[in-house]
Amino acid sequence: MSNIPAFSPGAGDFQPEPVRSVVPVLARPSRSFWGDVWHHLRANRQATVSLWIIIGLLLFTVAGPWLWRMDPDLQDLDRISRSPGWPESALVIPPLESLWFGEVIAGHPERGNQPANDLAAPQNLALAAPPTTQEVRLTWTPVPGSSGYLIYRNSFPPSDATDLGTPLGEISTGNRVGFADRLRLEPVTYHYSVVATDGVDGATRFATLVVRPVTAITLPQAIRIQPDVQVGVQMTLPFHPLGQDYLGRDLLARLMRGAQTSLFIGIFAPLCSIFLGALYGGIAGYAGGWLDEWLMRIADFVVALPFLLFMILLRIAFGIESGESGILPLLVAMILLGWPGAARLVRGQVMQIREQGFVQAARLLGGGRGYILLHHLLPNVLGVILVTLTFAVPSAIFTEAFLSFIGMGVVPPTPSWGSLCQQGVKTMLNHPHELLFPAMFISMTVLAFNLFGDGLRDALDTRSERQS
Amino acid sequence: MVRFIGRRIVSGLVTIWFIATATFAAMHAVPGDPLLNDKVVSPAIRANLARQYGLDQPLYRQYVLYLGNMLRGDFGISFTQKNRRVNDIIREHFPVSAILGVVALVFAVAGALLWGGITARYHNRLPDWIIMFLVILGISVPGFVFAAWGQLLLIRINQWFGSTIFPVAGWGTPQHVVVPALVLGLGTMAYLTRLLRSSMLETRGADFLRTARAKGLSDSRIFLRHHLRNAILPMVTVLGPAVATITTGGFVVELVFAIPGLGRYFVQAVQQLDYTVIMGTTVFYGAFLVAMVIAVDILYGWVDPRIRPG
Repeated sequence: MSNIPAFSPGAGDFQPEPVRSVVPVLARPSRSFWGDVWHHLRANRQATVSLWIIIGLLLFTVAGPWLWRMDPDLQDLDRISRSPGWPESALVIPPLESLWFGEVIAGHPERGNQPANDLAAPQNLALAAPPTTQEVRLTWTPVPGSSGYLIYRNSFPPSDATDLGTPLGEISTGNRVGFADRLRLEPVTYHYSVVATDGVDGATRFATLVVRPVTAITLPQAIRIQPDVQVGVQMTLPFHPLGQDYLGRDLLARLMRGAQTSLFIGIFAPLCSIFLGALYGGIAGYAGGWLDEWLMRIADFVVALPFLLFMILLRIAFGIESGESGILPLLVAMILLGWPGAARLVRGQVMQIREQGFVQAARLLGGGRGYILLHHLLPNVLGVILVTLTFAVPSAIFTEAFLSFIGMGVVPPTPSWGSLCQQGVKTMLNHPHELLFPAMFISMTVLAFNLFGDGLRDALDTRSERQS
Repeated sequence: MVRFIGRRIVSGLVTIWFIATATFAAMHAVPGDPLLNDKVVSPAIRANLARQYGLDQPLYRQYVLYLGNMLRGDFGISFTQKNRRVNDIIREHFPVSAILGVVALVFAVAGALLWGGITARYHNRLPDWIIMFLVILGISVPGFVFAAWGQLLLIRINQWFGSTIFPVAGWGTPQHVVVPALVLGLGTMAYLTRLLRSSMLETRGADFLRTARAKGLSDSRIFLRHHLRNAILPMVTVLGPAVATITTGGFVVELVFAIPGLGRYFVQAVQQLDYTVIMGTTVFYGAFLVAMVIAVDILYGWVDPRIRPG
């Protein structure tokens, strides 16, 4: 038998090995999940620009009416469907009297005897009063042998008797001279022509006068803008940077008011329906079994409803009185029909997460239902919900615009981008700005939310490899 | 396959029943008297009308009656046009909407295949950028703006040629269909193009493409038979909802271009509170959409045998 000595550790036996070299460690402060998402979102230029556009739109809606203090319901009937332009100044003139018909020249026969081709051009065609955009008064000496006069307006010099422009009026007696033009005058150069007639045909000879009316505003209109104004004063007219609509209202102010309606519906309705859907889907996914089966069957049916038809149907079912804005029934209809998409998505996510290791570990460690829900399920589902929300917003804005456009959504006195478009289409040929601006706002909003949603989805997708 | 189709059809029927019930419930929740609609008549006439439409019966009897009639394919008589049956209205106006929708869908799918193919082929080059810019425009501009512009453009084109090549509004000849269908299909085309582009880019590096190339197949054959066919699946999935978008989106186009389709008729019926027409049209459209979704499911199994269920 050999004698094995007992091992007795001494003082130096369990000392740690001294560090001989410094191993460089590649490390940065660890970033939270949302910090990571934010970082990737910032790196995506499209998404960043979209985010700024969305912030800008929200500012336009909320702070806009506070900065641009124009009443969206104030009408200026002198300036209907005016295109965008710079501020103008106008001369204040006395209120217009009833229409002026010129003077009857004593001693001149009422009926002439000359055929149209022999009639001379009117002499001394002149202005009877300073020309303004409210009224242009023409006068001339009567043509011998004539039985009346025709008055025309043109925007360029007429070349012959067939090229005199817009017929403004007809005087049917040869001894009455003078005509007042009040037909939507603008401060541009006009060529007024007067032709004598034999009662049937116009003469081939005509007289032309070049007139450039000055911008004017009548006193009663001016007082509504500036109460202490007096006749003869030059005053600055209200500035309408985006022009005016078919009732003479400021389009910028109406777009801001419309943005409140459209963005409210476009953001609030998806927010509610997605919250509802997430709750519903979360319950179905977490409960599982027969409850899940039944809940999802119901969701399937709601998905199968013809969306727009039912939206319209629900709108009538809620019944709106005339004069109401129609926003509430639209909201309710959108929320009632919008939830199943989010419900399906969240259910799928919840079922997936529920079976994953970290949730089982939490359960094993004694985490309660509430704890697991708040600390594991919710944070993991939140990303999907956010992406769904950003994609639901543009489609809700589209739906509102579409329904308002066919007259089934927001009802006219309340502006929304859709109802503004509906009104704009009617005057599209002559005044495209009334359709263009609301359509631009819809497109910009939809585009911004779509691109932001794309960026957010990419940023949340932690599995895919990224170049940034 | 037969079992799969059978199951889909049964669930489709249940869905249609649900749609009919929801429509019935919604219409009976409407405040006011559906018969009078602002007209003043004596109580006797009102009672007669109520008897004729079965509105004097208790609600459950009305429901049973309504379902029974629907099973026989009878949607009743219009409330505002007393001598017209809803079936006749649908029979007259639905084909118009259907033609418009089918042509629009053909435009959308053909356009998406073309543009999506080009963008994938010229990825990150000029054609790709131009098409993607147009696609973004197509997704973010509302359909009614396109409709208005389309009409404006038509006027200009006709002025240019000095004759009416494509009529600005109305219905009747093949020329009437072209521009409204194009306008209607534009949004869907943009959406499908984007979808096809991303799915083609995803499958770009797939092994089966490398194999095909190694076999020495021609570029066009690889593109059509292998690349496109494998990338087309996501497009087929959204075809069902796309049909829905196009059929209901037809309302605006029908309104703007004055086309006598069912969508325009539905809007009109809503404005006049013509209850039987509203109910009939909704249930009809619902059934149509359910049928479309089933058809797309079957098509899906045909395109991709892997997911064909037992």
